[in-house]
Formats: sequence, C-alpha cells, structure tokens
Amino acid sequence: MARHQGRGMASINYPIGMNLGGDPSQALVHANPDGKFTVALSAIDLGQGMKQVSRQIAAETLGVPIEDVYVDTADSDTGPHDMGSFASRGTHRVGNAVIVAAKEARGVLLEAAAEELEVNADDLVTDGKGNIHVRGAASKSITVKAASQAAQFKQGKTISGRGIFLIPLSTVNPETGEMSPVTAYAHACLVVDLEVCDETGDVKVNKLTSAYELGRALNPKMVEQQLVGGAWMGMSHALYETPEPYYPNPEHGGRDYNEYLMPGPGDIAPHDITVLERPAPDGPFGAKGPGEMCANPVLPAVANAIFNAIGVRIDTLPITPEKILRALKAQGGARPQARRA
Amino acid sequence: MARMPVQFRLNGSDRAVFVEPAETLLGTIRRGLGDFAPKFGCGQGTCGVCTVLVDGEPRLGCLTLSVTCEGRSIETASGLADGPTLHPLQAAFMEHFAAQCGFCTPGMLMAAKALLDRNPNPTRVEVVEAIAGNVCRCTGYEPIINAILAAAQQRGVRRA
Repeated sequence: MARHQGRGMASINYPIGMNLGGDPSQALVHANPDGKFTVALSAIDLGQGMKQVSRQIAAETLGVPIEDVYVDTADSDTGPHDMGSFASRGTHRVGNAVIVAAKEARGVLLEAAAEELEVNADDLVTDGKGNIHVRGAASKSITVKAASQAAQFKQGKTISGRGIFLIPLSTVNPETGEMSPVTAYAHACLVVDLEVCDETGDVKVNKLTSAYELGRALNPKMVEQQLVGGAWMGMSHALYETPEPYYPNPEHGGRDYNEYLMPGPGDIAPHDITVLERPAPDGPFGAKGPGEMCANPVLPAVANAIFNAIGVRIDTLPITPEKILRALKAQGGARPQARRA
Repeated sequence: MARMPVQFRLNGSDRAVFVEPAETLLGTIRRGLGDFAPKFGCGQGTCGVCTVLVDGEPRLGCLTLSVTCEGRSIETASGLADGPTLHPLQAAFMEHFAAQCGFCTPGMLMAAKALLDRNPNPTRVEVVEAIAGNVCRCTGYEPIINAILAAAQQRGVRRA
C-alpha cells in the first residue's frame, strides 16, 4: 500500500454567454419621488452577486450614491425580459443593459436639472454624492432629489430609461462551419496537488493554485467568493457527486440526501487564487465575470493529477475510489508518472 | 389524535402552543410560531439547515419532536441580533462573505453559536467539526470557517 502524490493542471478558455437568438437581457431604470432609483430586471440573483453588480453599475452610470439605487430582480411578471442567469452571462449581458438604461435615465435627470437651473444640460455633471452642478461651478447646483421631484411634480417628465443588450446572431458559414459564438472569453489555469491511495482508491486534494482572467473584477471580494466556492463545487463534481454512485445500475442509486455524496468542511483544500484583470472591450466597465468557469478547470486538473499520481486515465465522472481501484487492477498496479518540481 | 399543549421559551419569550404528537420542532417554530429563520432542507437530519439550539445544544429541528421541548429554551437565528446590532457571528459572516444563497446560513450560525458558547477560543479543526453536520452548496466552507474563527477572536478582544 502506498499513497502516491500527483499534480495536474488544466487551462480553459470560457465563453461569456451564448449566441442563440442574440442572447438578450433587458433593464428598466426609473427615479422615485425621493430621488432614488429602481432598476427592474428579470435576471436572477441566487447569491452569486447579480444584484450587487447591477447596483454598482447603475449607480456609477447614473452618477448617484450606491445607497440610492435599489435593484428589483427575478420577477418575470413585472421585470423586462431576460434570458436568465446561466452561461456565465449575467454580469456581461445584464450589466450592459443596465448601462444603456441608466444612461437614458441620466439624460432625463440632467434635462430636468438643467430646466431648474436654467442652464444647458450638456454643461451639467454629477458628483456621485447626490448633487448635480454646472461643470466648473460647484455652487450652481441642485440635488438629485430636487431635480427628480421637479421632473415629476412640476415639469411632468418621467426620469426613466430602457436598456437592452443584444448580440447580433452570428450566422454559420455553410462551407467552413465557421461562426462567432460569443464576443468575450474568460480564461483560467488551475493546478491541483493531490494524493491517491492505491489500496483504498481514496483521493485527497491537498492544494489548489489558480489564476483567473475575467475582465475587470467589478467587485473583487465577490469574485474571490465565487472562485473559492466554485472550486469546491468543481472538486465535488470531480470526486464525489453523482445520482448513480452504485454499480451496476440506477436502481442501486442514491435516493436522498444521505446517499448523495459531497465534500464537507473537513475535505476542503487551501486555494491560492490570482485574479488577472484584462478589461473586455464590450463588457460593462470591462467586466466578463467568473460564472461557471469557477468550477470548470478543477475537473480536468483533478483527472490529470490522478493520472500523474498512478498512471491511470479515468474519463468518466465522478472519479470514485471504485473506478480508481478497477483501473489500477486492469493496469496491474500504480505507475506513477514523471513529476516536475 | 388529540393535540398536546407545549410551553417553551423561544429566543427569550415564553410561548405556548398546541402541537400534534408527531410534530417536529421545526414545523412548530415555522408554521406554528412564524419564525422562518430555521429552514426545511432534507427533512432527514442530513443537511443541518434546520439547526436550532435547545438549552444551548445544537439540535436538528426536523428530527426533534416538539413535545420533547416542554420547559426548554429554544434559540434560532432570529434571536441573534440585538435590535439593529448584529451578533458578532452575523457581523463576521457578513465581513467574510460567508453567505451566498443564504439557505444554510441560519443553521451555520446556530451551530457556530453553540460552539463559541461552550468553547470561546476554538481551533480550526474544532470549527470544522462543529459545522460538519451543516451542508453548504455555495461557499466551499472556507469563508464560513474563517468567519467563525474571526468572531471568536473578536469576542476575545472585547472580553479582554
């Protein structure tokens, strides 16, 4: 019996969103009588940060404090249409739609302020703290709240904006099959260090080291949160999770939580993450977003590390102790591969 | 079958309810008393999202019969904050990004509170053991463990 050390790596090139029917997202922004703004979306936040990022983008574009923006997500009855939160598309697609909507709303806001101040709207700027003033003349100013109220109660204007982000459908070249499925790609490289026991087939992940390139990180702490949690999920997919863990057929499968295996808090490995920011030309403030990519590179890296450790190539997931033992038996024992320092 | 009267304290308030003999504490707290902090997950004691404290000990609300709680003191995540002031654990969870979807959070908080109440200065291994019965799908546990350790440290600082 021996525990064999192995190291595996994987590099991935991951598309942001998809191109089926243009992949649209929409956003509607409007000011309330108290000078605060509501962003209505049908995009969904299940904890990944859609709401926070939309709020940051809207506040930045409108030129108002982030506290003055409320994001209303995930009501497909009242929100404008959105394809959904999947395909790593949220930050990029929804963010772009929010920018378009917020720009239009900002235009009306500045017009309303210009009318009150009796100046040209082109000469107005926002200070991000709830005030609008004439460029170079901070004393000639009006609050966002006063401008919103003047628009609503005096001028009869709705301070609102509509936004959509739509990528033109890419046609397929019938000769070559060539097409442009997406406009932005994120990238990652991940190294896994693990050990495999050749008697029990048990795999213990010791360390993850990764580098992610995902455009500008609009909220670096939330990006890190996604990458840490996503890598755990990748490890879970690689080594634990399946609805059919038992040989030979699904009738022997798990029926409930007790029989659905996932790594617990005692099974996590230290993860050293580096985030590289290369702003995407068509991303909202250069963002692409971590998305599904935070889990994906872990799976091939684990499979490669197991090959490196014992010389067996397992190509179905999850890589359970049973599969490892069967493969070792077929191969006649472990054959550790060369390792680089 | 006839319903039975039960009295216990819930987050410091005396409560009296009629329960079915086979009713779970989780059902009584949620449906009977309207405290929706503890969640219903697997319903078979595996996921830990229903974790509440019974006389300071972590218990799975989905496997605890309400009739066994006569005269006991029950704590849920709803009772952690003191008005607008968050409990140190809640503040640490927020600062360390220990919640994403939030479904496991009420159970994690209570498992962590039980630990810190009896062991104010736990090691990392003790924290891992304390939350080993609580499943989280989003965070990868690391931020939760860090938050609990930070809350312990914070409390220590305040006590000193």
